[in-house]
Amino acid sequence: MLRTRVIPALLLRNASLVKTVRFGPFTYVGDPCNTVRIFNELEVDELVVLDITATRERRAPNFALLADIANECFMPLGYGGGISCFADAQNVLRLGYEKVIVNTHAMENPPLITELADHFGSQAVIVSIDVRRSLWGRERVYSRSGTRSTHRDPVAWARQVESLGAGEILLTSIRREGTWNGFDLGLVKAVTDAVRVPVIAQGGAGSVDHIAQVVDLAGASAVALGSMVVFQKKGCGVLVNFPDPARLAERLGQANPRHD
Amino acid sequence: MITLVDYGMGNLGSIRNMFKRIGVAVEVAADAAALERASKILLPGVGAFDSAMQRINAGGLREVLERKALRERVPVMGICLGMQLLTRASEEGSLPGLGWIPAVTRRFPDLPGLKVPHMGWNLVCVARDCPLTEGISTDTRYYFVHSYYVHADDRQDCVLTAHYGVTFDAVIAHDNLYGAQFHPEKSHRFGMGFLRNFASI
Repeated sequence: MLRTRVIPALLLRNASLVKTVRFGPFTYVGDPCNTVRIFNELEVDELVVLDITATRERRAPNFALLADIANECFMPLGYGGGISCFADAQNVLRLGYEKVIVNTHAMENPPLITELADHFGSQAVIVSIDVRRSLWGRERVYSRSGTRSTHRDPVAWARQVESLGAGEILLTSIRREGTWNGFDLGLVKAVTDAVRVPVIAQGGAGSVDHIAQVVDLAGASAVALGSMVVFQKKGCGVLVNFPDPARLAERLGQANPRHD
Repeated sequence: MITLVDYGMGNLGSIRNMFKRIGVAVEVAADAAALERASKILLPGVGAFDSAMQRINAGGLREVLERKALRERVPVMGICLGMQLLTRASEEGSLPGLGWIPAVTRRFPDLPGLKVPHMGWNLVCVARDCPLTEGISTDTRYYFVHSYYVHADDRQDCVLTAHYGVTFDAVIAHDNLYGAQFHPEKSHRFGMGFLRNFASI
């Protein structure tokens, strides 16, 4: 059986790693290459790097920095932030990343998803969906790092990106992001019920139990961790770490996963 | 020296990077002339079966590859799609494969709850010992991304199996020819061990 992927998601702001709370206030975490080197030594399943200012600043990905990061990694890598066209995606993949993550540019230009999937395969294309509850109490998709409402319904948009060729969905609850309060199980379940592609749940992880819940109760195929892997604990200082693999395996029902 | 075949399917950066880390010299060959010098060949691959076969058939690579693999018998390893190309045919495409190993490439069955592609870390079982399995233990895991899998006709050719809906061949070996379905270059120390084993053959 496949292990549930538990993926540190690292946020780039200019050339530094930061961690945000609800897409707003951020704490400086450290140098990206040093941090990635630690995650490599911890043998994490997969790593995601998101440049949270590229699109807002209308710039392309920082390819030089992405190359340095890739050189430290011997695990699958995904990158998102500022990928606006085929050439950007191709450049990122050539650096040794397996997956490109698109968000704002996928909404502004949905055929981009299909173009990328047709050429690189669906497995290489993740569409990131950031969700926040509107003033009217409806869940809505936000673009530009959570700064702009698009009036899209997350479930409908998830279905649409799947039909356009997305191989995976990175689903983020803005309200939970950086809070350590647990995932938005209702949101995750609504999306996993609606699509067949794997959904990576992001936003709110504070414990191994939270991870197990979103997998068991909400159908997430993978989880992304932010605060948990860069802080010692809630309200404490920076400490790059990863949950104990034995405990993760036990809680995720993979204590004895051999098939023979 | 290991020669990486660059036929435009998938990037070689990560593979080169891992060989560098384990101190093994590699050379990239994009044409027949560069391939002529090869004493050990690695055939990577990400993408569609037919496009890959078209590129190998069209680029003048096939003749040299075939001579190296079948007559000079240098060690050749296919990774992921590169492994599938060694088989007779794939359910993904209509073109014949290289057919150097008696095996076929099939699509994962449509089973409830089974998401295809098979993507993520999986454990393997040793079917028979081979130089490539040196150092493998019960916690050895590799990173897989694929929608099609290989099944060798002769079960003696199967070295490692993995399970995802069906039990499939994760590594095959037939004389001097090898195939690995997973991505060693993305599999931490487990992948490094695997590539080191190939380098020592």
